[in-house]
Amino acid sequence: MGRYVARRLLLTIPVLLGASILIFAMVFALPGDPIRALGGDRPLSPAVVEVLKERFHLNDPLWIQYWEYLKGLLRGDLGTDFRGRPVLDTIERTLPVTVRLTIVAVLFETIIGIIAGVLAGIRRNSYFDNLVLVSTTIIVSIPILVLAFIAQLLFGLKLGWFPIAGTRDGWFSYVLPGLVLASGSLAYVARLTRTSIAENMRADYVRTARAKGLPRSRVIIRHTLRNSLIPVVTFIGADIGALLGGAIVTETVFNLPGIGREVFDSISSQEGAVVVGIVTLMVFFFIFFNLVVDILYAILDPRIRYD
Amino acid sequence: MTQSQIDPTPKPATTGATLLEVDDLHVEFRQRSGVVNAVNGVSYTLAEGETLAILGESGSGKSVSAQAIMGILDVPPAVVRGSIRFEGRDMLTMSEEDQRQIRGPGISMIFQDALSSLNPVYSVGWQIGEMFRVHQGASRKEAKAKAIELMDRVRIPAAAKRVNDYPHQFSGGMRQRVMIAMAIALDPRILIADEPTTALDVTVQAQVMDLLKDLQRETGMGLILITHDLGVVNEVADSVAVMYAGRIVERGTVDDVFTDAGHPYTEGLMNSVPQVEAKGGRLQPIVGQPPNLAAIPSGCPFHPRCARRRLGAEAAPGRDCATDLPPLRLVAPGREAACHYSEEVLGV
Repeated sequence: MGRYVARRLLLTIPVLLGASILIFAMVFALPGDPIRALGGDRPLSPAVVEVLKERFHLNDPLWIQYWEYLKGLLRGDLGTDFRGRPVLDTIERTLPVTVRLTIVAVLFETIIGIIAGVLAGIRRNSYFDNLVLVSTTIIVSIPILVLAFIAQLLFGLKLGWFPIAGTRDGWFSYVLPGLVLASGSLAYVARLTRTSIAENMRADYVRTARAKGLPRSRVIIRHTLRNSLIPVVTFIGADIGALLGGAIVTETVFNLPGIGREVFDSISSQEGAVVVGIVTLMVFFFIFFNLVVDILYAILDPRIRYD
Repeated sequence: MTQSQIDPTPKPATTGATLLEVDDLHVEFRQRSGVVNAVNGVSYTLAEGETLAILGESGSGKSVSAQAIMGILDVPPAVVRGSIRFEGRDMLTMSEEDQRQIRGPGISMIFQDALSSLNPVYSVGWQIGEMFRVHQGASRKEAKAKAIELMDRVRIPAAAKRVNDYPHQFSGGMRQRVMIAMAIALDPRILIADEPTTALDVTVQAQVMDLLKDLQRETGMGLILITHDLGVVNEVADSVAVMYAGRIVERGTVDDVFTDAGHPYTEGLMNSVPQVEAKGGRLQPIVGQPPNLAAIPSGCPFHPRCARRRLGAEAAPGRDCATDLPPLRLVAPGREAACHYSEEVLGV
């Protein structure tokens, strides 16, 4: 197992390199001139433009620009944006917001999703089961943008339960955006748990558990739920990686300064170094949490071995 | 093996006190497409130390009747009628909690496919030990020690080393031994074995059956052996009940039934098995298919497939195979069969 993890971690290096090259090339290919755009309505003098272009290697070909970037990276320097602010500082400022949002969203999808799925799964075709089926279908069908505005209007303005924008109220500010961000995954987790439970209730080993004279609660928790949660845990793990990539829509609507919104702004202003730095970090999160899922999988299901 | 003495009453052979009395058991599944009558009035008794084989094709109701006795027919939900008395107490009228406490120490069951019947995510020691933890409140350590003891008892080599292994790490025969260890953990009075050897190699089959017989000799438990394997029945059972379409169609000692069948269906089963003496001859299969349990034929359920059926004018009054359901009746000393013309089948 240890060797497997080491090999997988080593493999992330070429993946990250490849990803950064791709992102670098895509930013390079963007139309427009980021330096001229810096001036806004008042054009910068050609001399200033020339100096800035020289400083950020913008006149060099792609591979030289990338090489300069890589040299900086090896020294732990992610570069600066065109205003001279280090990219590392930008990440330190925006990442905690996204991490908090992710934690709140994952808590919602795990707790509500699993409980709803279990209750629906052990009583198939019951009133509650149908409620879960209908409500999850509705949630999945509504675009997240619409859902975000509905949540703001209903829980923020009409009922006044939660703050609707910004991060001034600490963790409390994240409840509404977290719920909106989690909604799709929450519906998926509920459905997945429901199907998995309903399927396992018919499994031969659950019949054995009942033939052993175990109490019903034990049959459900130890012999049905334990096995049914394997695919659910796998999904949630991979979802954490995706959520840490930032949610552009949610962060924008709720005015949360997280990395999703930051990367969106940076693409608009063609801040190459910021985009490459943050997106490469997102790729790393994604790979890392996929590795965590694979390890968890082996822990939860003894039939899976990686040696 | 105890060779049982048969008295001429309908009760099967006894070697001890009666443990289980099943009387007029019915099981039906209500589905959207209609009612499936899986078991239609099955009665039998089982005594201490007795081995009763329940023989039949797939869909004859043999497994369902056993699961009804265990009280584990919740998925899909079934309607169970009749009475099942374990040591005199009716299991169908007692509370769910009382019933649960009989499962394990009173009656336990092993299933056909040990790989799918054991939980893949727990070690075998944990699963055997669970019996002691749940029913006797044993600690984890005690439960594990007892699990090792049981694994030794069912002759799993290197039990102490293998106690933490998972089901998929065992061979088919060893897995079935794990199932048996779990089932006999609390010294049940009755063990129901539902096709315990069907999924195993022939050589392993014999070992597992020997093990079951040895355990029965040690503990005096009653054994209900559900199978479609005539060879297994012949070797280990005292008495046999042949099931067809949810009914018992013939019952008696194994020696009697195997020597001379009293029901055309039993006769058909015997003829469809290869015989060493009849080498080179053709096997005679029973024509047709087992009946659809949602639409069981009128009269004798076997009549559409029966070579000896008598219909209309051929039939004796009140004994038309297509309209009159033959009751299970005494046809010879210690023999019961549900055929209007059983005496002809027996050739008496």
